[in-house]
Formats: sequence, structure tokens, C-alpha cells
Amino acid sequence: MSRQSAGPIVDHTGIGSGSDLSTWATLRRGAALSPELTRGLTLTITLGLLSTLGRVLVPLVIQRTTDEGLLAPTGPDLGRVWMWVGIALAGVVITAFSAYAVNVRLFTSSENGLAALRIRAFRHIHDLSMLTQNTERRGSLVSRVTSDVDTISAFVQFGGLMLVISIGQITLATLLMVWFSPVLAAVVWACFVPLFFLIRHFQGVVGRAYTRVRERVGQLLGAIAEAVVGASTIRAYAVQARTAARIDVAIEAHRAAAVGAQVRAVVAFTAGQFVSGLTTAIVLVVGTWMAVDGRLTLGELLAFLFLVNLFTMPVQQATEILNELQNAVAGWRRVIGIIDTPADIADPGEAGVDLPRGPITVDVEQVTFAYPGGEPVLRDVSLHIPPRARIAVVGETGSGKSTLAKLLSRLVDPDQGRIRLDGVDLRRVRFDTLRSRVVLVPQEGFLFDASLLDNLRFGRPEATADLVRDTLAELGLDDWASSLPLGLATQVGQRGESLSAGERQLVALVRAYLANPDLLILDEATSAVDPATEVRVQRAIDGLTRGRTSVAIAHRLSTAEAADEIVVVDGGRIVERGPHHDLVQQGGVYAALHASWSAQASSGG
Amino acid sequence: MTAVPRSTLRKGAAVVARGMREQPRWFAVAVLGSAVYGIMTGAMAWVIGRLTETVIGPAVGARAVSTGQLWQIGLTISAVVLLNVVGIVLRRVGAGYAMFGLGAAYRQRVTRQYLELPLSWHHKHPSGQLLSNANADVEATWNIFAPLPMALGVVVMLLFGAVQMVVVDPLLAAVAMVVFPLLFAANALFQRRMSPQVTRAQQLRADVSEVAHESFEAALIVKALGREDQEAARFAAVTHQLRDANIAVGRTRGTFDPAIESIPTVGTLVVIAVGAWQASRGQVSAAEVVQVAYLFSVLSFPVRAFGWVLGEVPRAVVGWDRVNAVLQATGAMEFGDRSLPPGASALPIAARSVDYAYEVENASGGRDRAPVLQAVTLDVTAGGTTAIVGPTGSGKSTLAGLLVRLVDPNTGMVLVDGVDLRQLRHGALAEAAAFVPQQTFLFEDTVRGNVTLGLAVSDDQVWAALRLARAEGFVSALPGGLDTVVGERGANLSGGQRQRIALARAVVRNPRLLVLDDATSAIDPSVEQEILAGLRQAVAGTTVLVIASRMATIALADDVVFLADGRVVDHGPHHELIQRCRPYADLVTAYARDAAERADTRHTDTRHTDTAEVTR
Repeated sequence: MSRQSAGPIVDHTGIGSGSDLSTWATLRRGAALSPELTRGLTLTITLGLLSTLGRVLVPLVIQRTTDEGLLAPTGPDLGRVWMWVGIALAGVVITAFSAYAVNVRLFTSSENGLAALRIRAFRHIHDLSMLTQNTERRGSLVSRVTSDVDTISAFVQFGGLMLVISIGQITLATLLMVWFSPVLAAVVWACFVPLFFLIRHFQGVVGRAYTRVRERVGQLLGAIAEAVVGASTIRAYAVQARTAARIDVAIEAHRAAAVGAQVRAVVAFTAGQFVSGLTTAIVLVVGTWMAVDGRLTLGELLAFLFLVNLFTMPVQQATEILNELQNAVAGWRRVIGIIDTPADIADPGEAGVDLPRGPITVDVEQVTFAYPGGEPVLRDVSLHIPPRARIAVVGETGSGKSTLAKLLSRLVDPDQGRIRLDGVDLRRVRFDTLRSRVVLVPQEGFLFDASLLDNLRFGRPEATADLVRDTLAELGLDDWASSLPLGLATQVGQRGESLSAGERQLVALVRAYLANPDLLILDEATSAVDPATEVRVQRAIDGLTRGRTSVAIAHRLSTAEAADEIVVVDGGRIVERGPHHDLVQQGGVYAALHASWSAQASSGG
Repeated sequence: MTAVPRSTLRKGAAVVARGMREQPRWFAVAVLGSAVYGIMTGAMAWVIGRLTETVIGPAVGARAVSTGQLWQIGLTISAVVLLNVVGIVLRRVGAGYAMFGLGAAYRQRVTRQYLELPLSWHHKHPSGQLLSNANADVEATWNIFAPLPMALGVVVMLLFGAVQMVVVDPLLAAVAMVVFPLLFAANALFQRRMSPQVTRAQQLRADVSEVAHESFEAALIVKALGREDQEAARFAAVTHQLRDANIAVGRTRGTFDPAIESIPTVGTLVVIAVGAWQASRGQVSAAEVVQVAYLFSVLSFPVRAFGWVLGEVPRAVVGWDRVNAVLQATGAMEFGDRSLPPGASALPIAARSVDYAYEVENASGGRDRAPVLQAVTLDVTAGGTTAIVGPTGSGKSTLAGLLVRLVDPNTGMVLVDGVDLRQLRHGALAEAAAFVPQQTFLFEDTVRGNVTLGLAVSDDQVWAALRLARAEGFVSALPGGLDTVVGERGANLSGGQRQRIALARAVVRNPRLLVLDDATSAIDPSVEQEILAGLRQAVAGTTVLVIASRMATIALADDVVFLADGRVVDHGPHHELIQRCRPYADLVTAYARDAAERADTRHTDTRHTDTAEVTR
């Protein structure tokens, strides 16, 4: 995990693409990130070369068998044939066994290495700040730990092995060619030199094409996700056709990119094929000229052509694999891009401070904060919150009160100024301490597709069912849980859709209660609730805030009134603070808000 | 589960046939290219042989070669090479167009199903799985088209070679031919072992994607509770299962690949051994044995191309089964051909004995039906505002969904202007009715696009709607105004801002029926008040139904429908209900009582009138 120190100026960068890494640097970095990939690689390569040796030598042995045994001048020599056949069979068996071992070793090491890479990238995504995460689509983040890693495994497991074998074959064929005729061997290599330059050129072209394909996959997933997640809205407005058109644009963009990449890859591959063919032509021309000169027999020339074939086949294969490699490198870059994106809200780790549990004091000192590329939403805000105080923050939408909640829970860091817990700068507090002492109940508490019980104890998975039941009873929610079809065992569905919005908020509150924080931050946690549930929520909040320091972003009159102190935020500044009745009597911003609330509630009669 | 190879093969053939039918041109190009490639590969050996015999041999013998002869050698071979390369380009480009064309076509069909199938179907399928169906499974299905043209293109070569062998010596040919069935048997066994393993790996791949998706969507709560390690462990568990499944696949592949690869070599050796024995008995000439052995080694390569295709078959079949399950899913809403009367007048809406039940998973993993609404009968007259009130879980949101036909009732019917919703043509209801759901959904589109959703309205109308939804201020402050892209699901906006855009989306349509399902929950009460009051004035020609969870909303209604336990308990104006319906009175006063208690204990001196007056 990146331990970048969080200075006063926070750089809100997006997620890196890793595209500034060269192919070689990407591979090196990839191998370093997954040491399992290279562990035992020497033996794997040795085995790979052994099976290559078999692949090259077995045809040679077969040639021997026919030349010396079958076509012996005195008629077929049965004994000799069977001896050579026996040797060849032994070669086949050794080849097969080493190929088996190579396969299994490669699969095991690559799957282990890439599983670790997936998990690491996944973990790192959670380490990134909300602001960084929001610079990329969720679907695109998902593809970085799924399909991008899959392209790497496809390469490592198939292409990687082929590459090793091809290089072995190229080396062996070169040695044999030099032994036959150094001049012709030089001719062959000379023909392939332009190919290497071509490959370099195509690598770039093909690589960019595959990067584009991967980006299009991300966009495609995003578009498809709209059809799935927005199902209700799409039906309510009968905008199936419009959504379909949007999806089709993404599908077509992906298809065009994939075909484009394929065409480029084919051109790159056939360039290799073409150069191979031309090499045969040139070798034959030069060889004929040499043979006429008496520097080569006709038999030697024909034998050499066989070797050229042995040389060009793996070279073409290698070209193709290099294309595949580009695909994998594109995937690798995207994964590395994630891992190398600094977590700008980082755990101070060893250098940090652990704060003992207990009543907590919060000091906000001259804090200014702006979202990337925007005007400051909070300016020079200072606030002292004594232990066990219940604070309500009120203000119009856009006044900056939700940002204050994010700052207090360190989802974002201030651009200027600082926030201190018990006198310690929040940025110096270890995450272990921070997340156990400070808990935010967000506006939309996300529920997992699991049982109610598991959702309730999400923040504290070791909590037993009995403890959760006791907790519900303490918060006066036991009747609610038992009213559900299967009680605590009820499956809440995707995103908790079988519960109402109010019930989902109850879940969020119980989670926070079980987490037992010293500082509780409630962000509009009581919206969208019917009166009966509202009462439940209010009681739960009372239970939850009792004995702790709490800051509630209040949207309800009752929340604000119940607070020890109300902080009124307007235009990014704290404009008023004090107990409810003082503020009402002052006749300022809060008094106006309160009047509006009162009018609203009284019109209910 | 052990897959029966024959059925897998048959299904694989059906997938291939389907693909060929849908992309005949590109597929033909690919096969043609493959045939050219096959012929030119064979021709190369023949051309070199001819050149050796007619040009190179005599030249070397005569110890003299003309420039013309050297050009002849070079150009002849270059021509063959060029044709060969053209063949490869046609084969692979054709295959690429066919494969990606099929992928795109099926992605369209699958996503079309996502748009057409009912919400109840969506509820039963995790979104990660649906993403995987439309992406990875479609890809797995059509990847078989990459090696296929190659395999088909060399079929001709195979037939040609087999005939030649039989002509030389039927016995030797028979010996050689034993190997081909052996190859097929090995491939069949391979498939049989592979199919369930591949199915499992693909399923786990979808699981990994699902966990990642859910976890990233939950990023905020994961952070808020510091559960990053726990989430990583959850992801690691499913990733490790995938890893083990992939290693199992690799082990099987590792066992069969080398075996399948060695069979032709072993066959060649057997041909030579048996041939040598046959030749020693004078049955065939040694040269003929060499010819058959050579043919055999030439043929083993195309046979391996079949192996690659067969290797893709299990993946393709598994992918197709998953894709097809989506394509075959039925239950898409049926529409009639009736339209609503033209005009802009408010529409009356009614429910007649409506029952609705959700399917829920029970403890044993089966599915139960959980009734949500029972025998709901309701009449809402045109114009005016009706609040639907009820405790949590009473079925309010379900009722709202039924009224705008997100779902159809199990029994009974919903009538708008006297017409059963199911008899209306597609789009007729959406033209007249607007719905704002509890959970706002925004497209990754501009503000304008999110408000209009393609409806032809002027920017002035969009601004008017935004003004009514109290969204004008923040939208005009956005860098691009109406052209600002709101991010994935509106991520660049706050919850309240998203809700206001969603409200504007409904209002801009001048709906004749407006259903708000707690659509202002994330909005400040004062702003909410302005919006609701504004709506009340602006929507004179509209029947408004609001799911109300606060007093302020109920206060705006002319009429209240009180729901409890999925039934309509009472229906009438608030002041009547509060007198005659005890549970309703209890519900709406609960909040007030609670708030009053607080007020008493905390601020007796500034006791306010708001909550007290609710009970007046």
C-alpha cells in the first residue's frame, strides 16, 4: 500500500492508466508484483526447452529412420528401422511429459500470481479516496480486477509457453543453420532484421489498438449496467428504444475497436509470414548461385531449406505471440495503473498514532476545502466539539454541510487547515483507530445481497446473532426485525431492495451501533421514512448517540432540536451556532429555517 | 455433472451453424482465405520440387546459371508466398469480422432482452451475472469462430490426402487411419473432462465480477466502517476458488494437449514400422511408405486445427447456454393496441381487486411467494392529489409500481381512464404518466438528456421544469449548464440534486398522471415544500399520487389512501380518516407525539406548534 504522506495540499488525481510504462517495464513491474510468476521459472523454461528439443529432434529422427533404415541401399533394414522408431518413441514420451509438467507448472504459478494481483488491486481500489474512485466508472473498476487480469493469464498460460518454446527453437535452428552454411545463415538473419523493426513498429500500433479495445469494454459494461440498474426508470418512461440506442453505440464502438485491433494484428502477423516466404525465395536464389559455384551441394541446399522452415515457423509464432503480449500488456498496464495510483487519503501506518478509546474531542481548525476543479465549498471553518456533545449541522443544500461530514470522517482531507481528534491531526491517526472510533452513517447505506444478520454486523462480523438481537432490543428495533418474513435470516436482496428505504436506514444505524464508535457522524440518515419508522429511527439514533460525541447533518427539525448545539452552515461558512432556543430567538438564518419547517409541519393539520 | 460429449458436440455444432447463418459473407471470406492458404501451403513444397527438378538441378549440373533463371526462382516462390499471405489475411480478417459481428449482434439481443423482460425477472438475477451474460458469455460463445475457418479450410486437404493413402496401400492406409479415430476419441474424452470444469470456472469468473461490483458500489460504507480488509478477504475467497478451478482446467489441458499432440507423431512412427515390415515382404515399395508417412505428417496438422476447434467447443456451449437462457426468457410485458383519449386533461386511475406477491428465497433456498398486496380496490378521480400512506412494508411502493405498470398484478386489474393498462399500446402510458421512484436513477448523460430522455422539448421547457424542481440554481452553476454530463448514475451530483433532476424529468412531460414514490426524501424540507407547492400549482391538469412518509406531504393531498398489510384500510380526506380510522390516526400522530415528547423534555419554553397541530 502506498504510504504517501498527506501534505497540506492534497492532489486529487484520477486513476492512472499506467500507459507511461514501456512494454518491457510493464512486464518487469508485472513480474515484480506477482513474484509467483517467476518462482521456479528456470525449471519451467528448462522443461519447456526439453519439450522443444523433442519437437525439433523427433522429425529429424524420423528423417534418419527413412533415410538409413527404410531407404537403405540394400533394401529396408528392419532392425535399424525399429531401433530408430524406438528412440523416436522415447523422444515423444519425454516431450509429452515435459510438456505436461510445463503446462501444470505454468497454470499453477500464473493462477497463484494473478489471484494475488487481483486481490491486491481490489484492496487498493478500496484504499483509494472517494474522490479518486469517483473519477472512474464502477464497471470499469470491476474490469480492472476481472477481464484485465484474464488477458494476462491467457498470455502467461498459452503465449508465454509458446514464446519460450519458439525462442528455444529459433536458437536451435540458428545453430544448425550455421553448421550447414554460415553464409546462408547470415542471409536468413539479414532477411529477418527488417522484420524486427517492423515488429517494433507494429507492437506500438497493435498495443494501442488493444488498449482502445479494453477501454471500450469498460464503456460497454457501463452502458449495459444502465439497462440493468436503471430497469425501473427505463420502464416507467418507456425509454427502452433510447437506452437500446445508447447501448448499441457502445456495442458498435467495441466491435469496431476489436475488428480494428484484429486487422492490425493480422497485418503484423502476415508481415512475418511474408518475410519468411521471401527468405525462402532469397535462400533458394543465393543457394543456387552458391551451388553453381560449387560451394554447396544440391542436397545441402535442400536440407538447409528444411532448417529455414524450422526457423521461420517459430519466428512467425513469436511475432503473433508478441501481438498477444501487447494485449496482455494493455491489461497489465491498467492493473498496474490502479496499484500505482497513490491513495491520497492514506493510512499513516507505523508513523501514525493510536488514540485510546473514550470520550472524544474534535477540533476543526480553519479548514478550507474545494472539490477538484471547483470553488471552495467550505472556507476557513473552525469548530470545537467537546466530548459527548450532540451537534446538529443545518443549512441549505450546497451549503457544505455534507462536506463537513466527509472531512470529519476523513473521506476527504482539507486543502487548508486541519482537523484534530483529541488534539491529534486526523491525518496522523492510524486507520485502525480512526475507523473504530469515528463512524459515518452515510445518506444511502448500501446493503449487500446477504441475510439481514450479515448486513447488520457488516462492521463487526464477529458479532453473534444473540448480540445482534440484544442490540436490536436496546435500540427498540426487535419488533421490526421479527416482523420480517424470516427475521434476521431474511435475505435482503440486491442492494437491499426487499427492504424499504427506511428499513435500510435502520440497518445503517444498527451497523454503526455495533461498531460502537466514539464519534458518530450521521449524514441525513433519517430521510425517506414513514412516521412509524421515523419514530423507530429517532429512538435508535437517541440510543446510538447516547454517551458519544455526535455530529448529525440534520434535515429534520427534530434532529436539530434534540441537539445540544446547532451549527448553521451557509455559503461554506459557519454563520451561527448555539442551542435551539437561542438561535430561534436570535432571528437569524436558523430562525428562518425553523419558521419554514414549522410552517410545513403545521400545514399538515 | 458430467456432460455427455455427444450432446456437447451437437450443441457446439448448433452454435457454429447459427453463427454461420448469421455471418455467411464474412464466414465465406474466411473459409475462402483458409482454402487459399491451405492450397498455397501445399503448393510451396510442390513448387520447390518442380524448380529443383527443372531449373536448379540442371543449373547445378551444368555449373552455370543465368540471371533470368535466378529471377524465375525468386519470382515464382514470391508469387506463392504473396497468395499465401493474402489467404491468411482473408481468413483472419474474415474470421474477425464474423466473430466480432456475432458478438455485437448477440450483445444487442441480450441487452434488448434486459430492456424488455419484466422487473420481476430482473429481481431474480444478480446484476453481476447479467453483466457477465452480455459480455464474457457472449465472447465465450463466439470465440470458436477464430480457429474454425482454418479447420474448415483444410478439410479439403484432409480428404485429398486420405484418398492418396488408400490408393497407395489400403492396409497401410487402414493402419494410419486408426490414428484419426484415436485422435477424436482423445478429444472426446478431453471434452468430457473439460466441460464441467470450464462451466465451473466461468461461473466463478461471474462470481468474482459480482463480488467486485457489489463491493465497489458499497465503497463508501466499506470506508465508513473500515471494512476494507474484510471485503478483501471476501474477494480473496472467491478469487481463490476461481484460481483453483482454473488450475484444474490447466491440469486437464496439460494432460490432454501433449497427448493429442503426440498421437500423429506416434502414428507416423507406426506407419514407418509397419511399412518397413510390409516393404520387407515386398507388399509395397519403400518410396511408397515414405510417401504415406509424409502425407500423414502433413495431415496431422489440420487434424490438430480440429482439436483447437473442439477445445473451444465446451467454452462455446457453456457460454451459449447462458446467453440463450437470457434470450429464451419470456414474460416480457404484453401490450395491447389501445390509446388513451388525446388531450392534456387529468386521468382517473383505479385498481380492481389487485393481488400482488413477490417471489422470495426461503431458508432452504427455494422460492416462496410473499403476498404484498391483497384485494386492493381503489378509485382516484381525475385531478387533485392523493397521498398513499401506510406503515413500512405495507405495499405502498408496490402499489405505485402497479399504477404505472412497472409490474402487472397477479390477479385483478389497474384501469386508467377505464382502460386496463395491459390493453394500452407500448408507450401510451409513459406518454401520459410520469413516475419518480424512490431510488433515483440517472443516466451517464447530460442534464438535458436526463431530463428529456429523448423527448422533443425546448431548452426553455427544460429550464422551466428544472425551476419547478428547484434545480435551476445548481444546474446553471454547473460548468456546462444543461450540457454537463452527470457521471455514472449521476455520481457528480448529490442525492438531493439527483432527485431534483428526476423530478424535472417527470414535470417536463406535463404528465396527466404523476406518481411520486417518496421522491423528495433526500431534499431539504424547506426546498421540498417549495417543490411540492409549485407542483400543486403547475399540475392542475394532472392526477397526482404521492407515497407520503411525512406529514407535510400528506398535508398537500386532497385525499388519503391508507394501506396496511397490503390492504386498503380506508380512503378519504385526512381530517375524516383521522377521526374514523384508528390505525391511521395512530400512525400519523406517532411522529407528532414523539416529537412533542422531545420538545417537552428539552425545550419546554420554546414549544413549537408544528407537530402539535398535526393532531388538531
